[in-house]
Amino acid sequence: MGIKWNEMLVGGDPLLVGSQIAIVLTVVAIVVGLTYFKKWGWLWREWLTTVDHKKIGIMYILSGVLMFFRGGMDGLLMKAQTARPEMSFLDAQHYNEIFTTHGVIMILFMAMPFLIGLMNVVVPLQIGARDVAFPQLNALSFWLFFSGAMLFNISFVVGGSPDAGWTSYFPLAGKEFSPGIGNNYYAIALQIAGLGTLMTGINFIVTILKMRAPGMTLMKMPMFTWTTLITSIIIVAAFPIFTVALALMTFDRLYGTHFFTLSSGGSDMLWANLFWLWGHPEVYIVILPAFGIFSEVIATFSRKTLYGYTSMVISIVGIAFLSMIVWVHHFYTMDAGPAVNSFFSITTMLIAVPTGVKIFNWLFTMRKGRIQFTTAMLWALAFVPNFVIGGVTGVMLAMAAADFQYHNTLFLVAHFHYVLIPGVVFAVFAGLYYWWPKMFGFMLNEKLGKYHFWLFTIGFNVTFMPMFFLGLKGAVRRAYTYSAESGFAPLFLVSAIGSIILAIGFAVFCYNIYWSFRYAKRNVSHDPWDARTLEWMTASPVQFYNFAVVPEVKQLDAFWHMKKRGETLTLKESDIKKIHMPSNSGLPFYMAVVFGITGFFLVFEAHIAAAVAAIGIVVGLIIRSFDYNDGYYVSVDEIKQTERTWRNVEGGTENHVG
Amino acid sequence: MEHKSKYPVSHVVGFLFSLILTFVAVFVALKMNVSYTIVMWIIGSLAIIQAGLQLFMFMHVTEGEDGKTNVINMAYAVFVAIVIVAGSIWVLTSGHAAH
Amino acid sequence: MSANVNHSLPLEYQTEQNRLNILGFWIFLGAEIVLFATLFAVYGVLGHRYAGGPTPSDIFKLNDVLIETLLLLTSSFTCGLAVFFMRQRNMKQLLVWFVITLLLGAGFLFMEIREFIHYVHEGATMQTSAFLSSFFVLLGTHGAHVTFGIIWAVMLIIQLLQRGLTPVTARKMFIISLYWHFLDVVWIFIFTFVYLKGMVG
Repeated sequence: MGIKWNEMLVGGDPLLVGSQIAIVLTVVAIVVGLTYFKKWGWLWREWLTTVDHKKIGIMYILSGVLMFFRGGMDGLLMKAQTARPEMSFLDAQHYNEIFTTHGVIMILFMAMPFLIGLMNVVVPLQIGARDVAFPQLNALSFWLFFSGAMLFNISFVVGGSPDAGWTSYFPLAGKEFSPGIGNNYYAIALQIAGLGTLMTGINFIVTILKMRAPGMTLMKMPMFTWTTLITSIIIVAAFPIFTVALALMTFDRLYGTHFFTLSSGGSDMLWANLFWLWGHPEVYIVILPAFGIFSEVIATFSRKTLYGYTSMVISIVGIAFLSMIVWVHHFYTMDAGPAVNSFFSITTMLIAVPTGVKIFNWLFTMRKGRIQFTTAMLWALAFVPNFVIGGVTGVMLAMAAADFQYHNTLFLVAHFHYVLIPGVVFAVFAGLYYWWPKMFGFMLNEKLGKYHFWLFTIGFNVTFMPMFFLGLKGAVRRAYTYSAESGFAPLFLVSAIGSIILAIGFAVFCYNIYWSFRYAKRNVSHDPWDARTLEWMTASPVQFYNFAVVPEVKQLDAFWHMKKRGETLTLKESDIKKIHMPSNSGLPFYMAVVFGITGFFLVFEAHIAAAVAAIGIVVGLIIRSFDYNDGYYVSVDEIKQTERTWRNVEGGTENHVG
Repeated sequence: MEHKSKYPVSHVVGFLFSLILTFVAVFVALKMNVSYTIVMWIIGSLAIIQAGLQLFMFMHVTEGEDGKTNVINMAYAVFVAIVIVAGSIWVLTSGHAAH
Repeated sequence: MSANVNHSLPLEYQTEQNRLNILGFWIFLGAEIVLFATLFAVYGVLGHRYAGGPTPSDIFKLNDVLIETLLLLTSSFTCGLAVFFMRQRNMKQLLVWFVITLLLGAGFLFMEIREFIHYVHEGATMQTSAFLSSFFVLLGTHGAHVTFGIIWAVMLIIQLLQRGLTPVTARKMFIISLYWHFLDVVWIFIFTFVYLKGMVG
């Protein structure tokens, strides 16, 4: 099967043509800009080949912002289409494509990179390490993720978007009912991105287990590090399932096998089973790091040690364990019988126990604390009630018998948006406001931050609260329109208005980034929040080797206690030794390019071209095998010089709180 | 760590056991006249013993400063594997899904 | 990272970076267990859906499967010997046993490909039924791992010849031995739950 070049560009719809033109213009502008300002070399040396966990983290976060924009546009289009009954702003097919890409992008290309980005920036600093265990693998992880994300994103203008929902259930997602290439994008782009995520999981497990500062036992680790460790374990346990499921989907679609087909003995529900075997743990992969972020933010701005640290750790481990044995609650209506449904009903409800423990721990941390209402803390405060609404409706859905009523209604959609937006997006915003000075050396504007916060949380509630009631009245999800007689119109309109407020909130956030980049004060202190963990011990922005001398940890909240003992800024120059650092490498970027090209040809079922491109992957692996570059040493003089620059201006820097 | 023996005793023993287990499994599966369920239980157990042999006698899962971590890692992976295999078969072959 | 070499340990454990890599690879093997478990689960669900096509007892041939099993089992043993001699710093014996390992692995692959061709000639292809789809993909994934292992091992032999036994080459050798043993572990389960099960039923 060759590529039908003349059908490759999707045309016709003015929205799509507009997007195509915009994409071309943006690419041209970037290329011209880089050339004009002679920035190609800088881009290559500082970013494309970097193995520095902080820069990789920033690239993840930047991708997350971009993808939030893309996924948000999809969401707005859906809300516009359903604002009034029987609208024809989007047709059914276009609507199918948009809710599919909205779901995939928001989970895999927005939530994941934001969280993995923050993990990258923060975790090595929190444990006092120089980098992650495998820096070059880390770069490969990012570039594979990016490659997959880009491949997925071009689908709507090149070849057509996937349109079978983010869950891509069979038989709809199979060749028989979706003969176009759209769903090939789903199978292949997610595969490439998923490989990157799996490597991230392995990398962070080893990093956290083996590279902690002396004295930092497991039970002295900051909570964000704990959640990252457990998240990484879930990634390693769950992502291979998705790898297999996507590979089997690819085989079914490209090579005519019968895993999920209706004919020749295939089992369509096997796809649902495998998808949720991965998909449910995936929910915890995005929610646990978010819990970690809230724990850090709440402890810092309540000026107290996290309440119930041990029970917090036990809860995370318990959630990780339970997350593997609840997957059937996503398809109770398959009706695997009372035994199966009862078992999964019980395990699902059990999850509420450790989650409840965590909620109470956060509340008790705040109790009698001296709470400071920074923007980061506002997100954490708003998280608690909003997330509880998501959690409680989750327990309603957990009852298998009741689920037959809620299934596939907007009630479910409202539920998981109440879980994921407060649970993940609020956490990401809290984390960004909190760690921004550590990443860039300046703060995000607090006043704009508060506009962002209020617009976003109000917009969020106005958008999704009506959907609970719409769902209870019987409005189904994934339907592109509804009749005027249904009586749904007023609530849909309220929801659409809410989404505009939500979008304005996000726009304020983007403006805040722009404003702060241009005007925010640069002489920010290394510890602007008067915080508790090791990342605040070193410069802002962090020097490339992280710590001149690796700190020694004596207890939880190590940095806080060091400050209490007045021993933080005393750096004896005689303690400085040369530091070993990994070298940059262009190989991860190269691998992303060949993976992207191979994937692209596979999407278009050009098997020979794909096989040729795949040789490039093997070549990359062989080059890596023969690569004996062992990094380099930073000299003592260079370290001394770097340390003096930020330690000397200490007197002149500003503390923003405390 | 590896005991400093001059001959690879544990490897030879492990290899011989593996061969015996393999042939016993073939014998039980094809020559013994017992019910299907019993055969599957026996050969399944033999497979698990043989996998354990490889893990401990060839791969030395417990050795090194991370031996304990390795054992926990393997145990957890086996737990997840059992959940996936037993869970999928249970879910997809009971109730209405079976028909 | 090359600092802090501890000479009391075997070569592959001597540097911190080596210990990180070995632990990382063990965790990767954990992921591989999950990957193969998923394929076994798929086979467990679909393995009896013949859709009117051939059944396991129609196509499996005990002798060929036994030869494949013995080849892979022996190669796992010789791979263990290679590492045993590596720890005695015996480069010659290491190479001999490692090359034997590879030849046995190649023999296994040859037999497996022959087996697949035989099935296809009998009209049992990946597209015939759900049973055969899941059979070929489970076996094929294992076979692809063996193929990848052989290519990887050839690269490593070149490096051993170029550089001799250093902490880095020893670590690579140790890691590939873990990989190779693991593939044998997977085969034990394929042998039991695909072939023997198919021939009992």
